Amino acid sequence: MVYYVKNFFMALQEITKGNWKYFAWLAFLSLLVIAGIAAYFGQVERGLIITGMRDQVSWGFYIANFTFLVGVAAAAVLLVVPAYIYHFKPIKEIVLFGELLAITAITMCIMFIMLDMGQPLRVWHILPVIGGMNFPSSLLAWDVIVLNSYLALNTLVASYVVCKFFTGKEYNLSIITPLVIISIPMAISIHTVTAFLYNGLAARPFWNASILAPRFLASAFCSGPAIMLILFQIIRKVTDMEIEDKAIFKISELIAYAMGINLFLLGAEVFKELYSGTAHTEPIKYLYFGIHGKSRLVPWIWTATIGNIIAFFLFLFPKTRENFKTLNIGCILIITGVYIEKGMGLVIPGFIPDTLGEIYEYWPTTHELVITLGVWAAGAMLYTLLLKFAIPIHTGSLRAVPRDKLISMKQAP
Amino acid sequence: MKKIIENIDGINIDRRTLLKGAALGLAGTALPLDKADASFWDAFFQKHFREMTEKDLKKVLERLEKEYEEKHKKAVKVGAEKALPDVLFGYGLDLSRCIGCRRCVYACVEENNQSLDPQVQWISVLRFKKGDKWMDLENSEKYYNPQQVPEPGYFYMPVQCQQCENPPCVKACPTRATWKEPDGIVVIDYNWCIGCRYCMAACPYGARRFNWGEPKRPPEKINPNTHYLGNRPRYRGVVEKCTFCIQRTRNGRYPACVEICPVGARKFGNLLDPESEIRYAIEHKRVFRLKEDLNTNPKFYYFFAYGK
Repeated sequence: MVYYVKNFFMALQEITKGNWKYFAWLAFLSLLVIAGIAAYFGQVERGLIITGMRDQVSWGFYIANFTFLVGVAAAAVLLVVPAYIYHFKPIKEIVLFGELLAITAITMCIMFIMLDMGQPLRVWHILPVIGGMNFPSSLLAWDVIVLNSYLALNTLVASYVVCKFFTGKEYNLSIITPLVIISIPMAISIHTVTAFLYNGLAARPFWNASILAPRFLASAFCSGPAIMLILFQIIRKVTDMEIEDKAIFKISELIAYAMGINLFLLGAEVFKELYSGTAHTEPIKYLYFGIHGKSRLVPWIWTATIGNIIAFFLFLFPKTRENFKTLNIGCILIITGVYIEKGMGLVIPGFIPDTLGEIYEYWPTTHELVITLGVWAAGAMLYTLLLKFAIPIHTGSLRAVPRDKLISMKQAP
Repeated sequence: MKKIIENIDGINIDRRTLLKGAALGLAGTALPLDKADASFWDAFFQKHFREMTEKDLKKVLERLEKEYEEKHKKAVKVGAEKALPDVLFGYGLDLSRCIGCRRCVYACVEENNQSLDPQVQWISVLRFKKGDKWMDLENSEKYYNPQQVPEPGYFYMPVQCQQCENPPCVKACPTRATWKEPDGIVVIDYNWCIGCRYCMAACPYGARRFNWGEPKRPPEKINPNTHYLGNRPRYRGVVEKCTFCIQRTRNGRYPACVEICPVGARKFGNLLDPESEIRYAIEHKRVFRLKEDLNTNPKFYYFFAYGK
């Protein structure tokens, strides 16, 4: 036991070593986190009234970010599909980074939910047995279950793999394969349940479309891998971790298919809504064209849609997706596109017009933006620190001190 | 290998003790331990309303009364009258009578201790243009502000909690903090609500209100006759809504909005009693309910008594 604990702390020490760029990066993130915490104190002091949300639009930027990040968490792990089913080795080697990203994204999701709660200290009321979890009736209860199980599963797989690498052993495939196989339907389930959370509400026609869950998955398959592609290029630049071009190009090919499906589903939805032209069309009209002179989301959603279309073509042709310049442009277009589409573009039109026809145009306040930025910085910090000892372990430069050596170290004065 | 940190006061503490102390200190700033306030923990660990025994409930009501007296400088009675047997409350609203004066809105605020700053109101009165698309919510006006009502060419429709028999908000709530009582009233336990606002997204009638800020009401304006599930003073960060004035109706009185209505547009009664006012309206008038296609089955009926 002492052996494991000692070694764990030794590996942990890795995060205190690094060049000035590493510390500057951490310092920068810390500043943002501190600003976020300070802004959150304002929210604790005065309540959610410091946000732009009101009764008419009762969910806003926090829930928008939450929704986007669930997609990232789901998609990061779905990289394992090609890796394990087709035994495509270049991707198999980087699956661990997908899992660490999933852990980070779910942690951020939980933070956003906590921020959005009016009574965060009462969070235990949502637990089964000791609280009053409304299962199976409430989809939010389902979401709590799937998100936490998914976090637990990924933490388990990632720590098992890291531990094995650390002690210099090969991981046991008969343990890891079933867990990875389970994580595939679970990744799909977290995003499906999150879609159902909106989908099940008959009061909100904009969300009450059966195409919502497939659209969630398709867009997540674009944004999650796009984030991974950017991260991989950074990782191989700043560390000695090697990531093959082959893996990157394969993933970008997958993004092209996912984006094709995503755009098709979007088209199907837009057609149905606008062609049938019922009263339920108002939210999508608000989103794309504005209604009654209110059109705050219009420039954003067109930026997203056009960006997604351009990115689709960039990823479709091997020539552009295998050129790092165009590849990165495509990634950034997709990340911003899906962030708008599956964030504000999804949550806000559900409330505009509200159920009694009122139009209250929501926009996040500075407080909300600073708090949200703080969560993103905290997420970036968590991922950086996770990578800081996962990478040297992965490449083999950081290894556990064998038992006999540890004992001799102890005896030294 | 204990590392000893020597501080300026010359007191030796090892690192672990130091860390423990720092952690406790941090926890202390987050939780009101310094108040030495046992009632904070009683409130924190308070059970769900429906899981309390009679004894638990008595204690909770006493504690709440004490808390309210301290906070609002006024004695507030918190009751918990149960639903009467063989009662299912129903509401009727005569659209041909309503003149859009909003007296119901303000009577409701006075009775139910809603926050005055920020303003919380449980009833919304919508104004529609006569002869236009029927119940075109998108073109209705909630903030009409004329010199005089009724305005020629318009009609009005007040909307509040429709007390659905099949309430989407109850289905949505992740903690069972909102439920339907045996007499058909949908209620909220303000001490159990976590403030996630999923019920507000689920409600098709825009009936639910959230306390975005600290609810404020001067002591002289607090109605001291309250019900645990109804008009007792609320907290920041919880959801509230119309309860058919549970504190009145369970004691045989009319809801405040019914009592105040100057034109008698509002009807209320027991749906299970064939002699009740609301049954009369349902049997003799053409009634409809809002958004019937959603199958929420509201117990709030709109009708037209006469044409004009």
